[in-house]
Amino acid sequence: MQASTGTVDAAEVAKFEAMAAEWWDPTGKFKPLHMMNPVRLDYITRQIAGEFDRDLTGPAPFAGLRILDIGCGGGLLSEPMARLGATVVGADAAPRNIPVARIHAEKSGLTIDYRHTTAEAMAAAGEQFDVVLNMEVVEHVSDPLAYLTACRQLLRPGGLHLCSTINRNAKSYLMAIIGAEHVMRWLPKGTHDWTKFITPEELFDLMSRAGLDPVDRKGYVFNPVSWSWSISDRDLSVNYVTASIQRG
Amino acid sequence: MDNPASRRIFAVMTHHTDILIVGGGLNGAALALALSQTGLTSVLLDAAPRVAMTTPGFDGRSYALALSSVRLLRNLGLWSRLARDAQPIREIRVSDGRAGEGPLSPFFLQFDSAAIDESAADGAMGQMVEDRHLRAALMEAVAADPRINARFDAVVAAQSGDAHSAQVTLTDGHVITARLLVGADGRRSGTADRAGIKRTGWDYGQTAMVCAIGHDRAHNGIAHQFFMPPGPLAILPLTGNRSSIVWSETHANAAAFNALPEDAYLAMLRPRFGDFLGEIRLAGARYTYPLTLTLANSFVAARLALVGDAAHGIHPIAGQGLNAGLRDVAALADVLEQARARGEDIGAADVLARYQQWRRFETTALAVTTDLTNRLFSNDNPLLRAVRDIGMGVVNATGPLKRALQREAAGVRGDLPRLMRG
Repeated sequence: MQASTGTVDAAEVAKFEAMAAEWWDPTGKFKPLHMMNPVRLDYITRQIAGEFDRDLTGPAPFAGLRILDIGCGGGLLSEPMARLGATVVGADAAPRNIPVARIHAEKSGLTIDYRHTTAEAMAAAGEQFDVVLNMEVVEHVSDPLAYLTACRQLLRPGGLHLCSTINRNAKSYLMAIIGAEHVMRWLPKGTHDWTKFITPEELFDLMSRAGLDPVDRKGYVFNPVSWSWSISDRDLSVNYVTASIQRG
Repeated sequence: MDNPASRRIFAVMTHHTDILIVGGGLNGAALALALSQTGLTSVLLDAAPRVAMTTPGFDGRSYALALSSVRLLRNLGLWSRLARDAQPIREIRVSDGRAGEGPLSPFFLQFDSAAIDESAADGAMGQMVEDRHLRAALMEAVAADPRINARFDAVVAAQSGDAHSAQVTLTDGHVITARLLVGADGRRSGTADRAGIKRTGWDYGQTAMVCAIGHDRAHNGIAHQFFMPPGPLAILPLTGNRSSIVWSETHANAAAFNALPEDAYLAMLRPRFGDFLGEIRLAGARYTYPLTLTLANSFVAARLALVGDAAHGIHPIAGQGLNAGLRDVAALADVLEQARARGEDIGAADVLARYQQWRRFETTALAVTTDLTNRLFSNDNPLLRAVRDIGMGVVNATGPLKRALQREAAGVRGDLPRLMRG
């Protein structure tokens, strides 16, 4: 990771720094992700701590765990995982996200292996992880079963797969497309294709067929009064997250 | 741009500490201890020389600790040591009075510990603790904590905060970097000034005179608050036959009274609360504090959070200054503990925004309430006097309203930080 940032020219670096600042500005372009990040991290950290019997109050609780963050973007999930002591690979299909994430991690004093690659390519190369973070990606891929199969191949037997996406119903159309893209302008129009949204039942079925045993599912619920997200046991009507285990 | 420093952008910044606290007073020390419990390291800077570890003689300063503050100190492991020198407040009586007439107006509010269910076990609504005991307990715990590096005679010359770290340069040339800088340096906070945080404030035209008295009769653990036209007078029970007096007067009166020799000063004080404690005498030095209210326009900035008087200086009418500061401490420790467990950057803007959202609203509400109370009661208008006398009688007779007021004063209402829960 040192080598590739060392070869880009100063103007490129300045551009990537500006983009990193944009990714990490809690009130900027990626505000919706920042608003959701605490609950996403609460779910992720508790699931990992539970599965691998780690104490989150201790120092470096995730030491010794190899974690893959698919669709890492600017590193909003990769950095917390590294800070908790994990060995992290951040993968993104968008090439320009990689130097952006690298610059931010280095300035934060964190070592993260960011790569411009896909889950399928890494699976083909035989990479293995204890945890795969698959957050808000599956609704964007063309063949979810093939993609989830690659995620399963990337896990060691008994490894943990955390996957979040958006439910498909009238409410999710209203909230995620009309609300988030058209009214609030939280996301650029066209970010999501509603027909690609997946119901929890469909996702559980796809994961089972891919060799992942579903063990948990929770909803992320936005409260417009407190203007914040929380985790719900029952309400999976729009955003939701699942945990599944590599069958071995 | 072409200086060597600008090429350091790829260098990994080594932080000397997680949190750098400027101001080693009560709030700063309590924060360092609370953070240590969550595994975070801190450097605690104070501009003053190291204080003596032995407990000095009584200087007349004491605090009325709300129940929530007592819980915080208990959770920090300090209460067992403080309890033997603390005086429980068993009852609070609030009444309207006029200088020379004594306190006994027909209507008064009476709060006792039975109404705050949480306190039933302790049998106290709060605790009176002398400054010397509290300060010594905090300083000893700080000195014994391996996660806290306390530095005295440390004067800040410059500070900065960017997207990744905070940096402070001391007058002796030392540079300390941290993930988060905390300003716990009081009302005239240099930390807030250097960050460009402005304060709004106003002067009440009153000065609080603070002293401790010895008296012949027992106080029975009862605290009194008399509302007098020139300003409120509080009599707070200390251990033994001693009480702490907070006596507010106009600036001019206070200056005149304070200049009086001891017996003349006592002669002015005596008629203000009658003779229910018997003969009184001074038991410590006399202090004066001009009453001003200050509120920082923001409690946070880049890589910076303010706690205690640096964020808000509240009129001490209900003894809420230290209690509000300790509430900041517990709330900030809570926010940082949660952020740390999630792997978040503890000095990031969105983490600090959670602290600001939690505390600034509560503090503003408290400042406004305290201010209105003082304005209503520091008045000799007969109509207002009648209104507030009847009002107090009504509140006293109305269980739920009284209980709500009482729980507010005890600091057990609202969104409680973990360290302040029972």
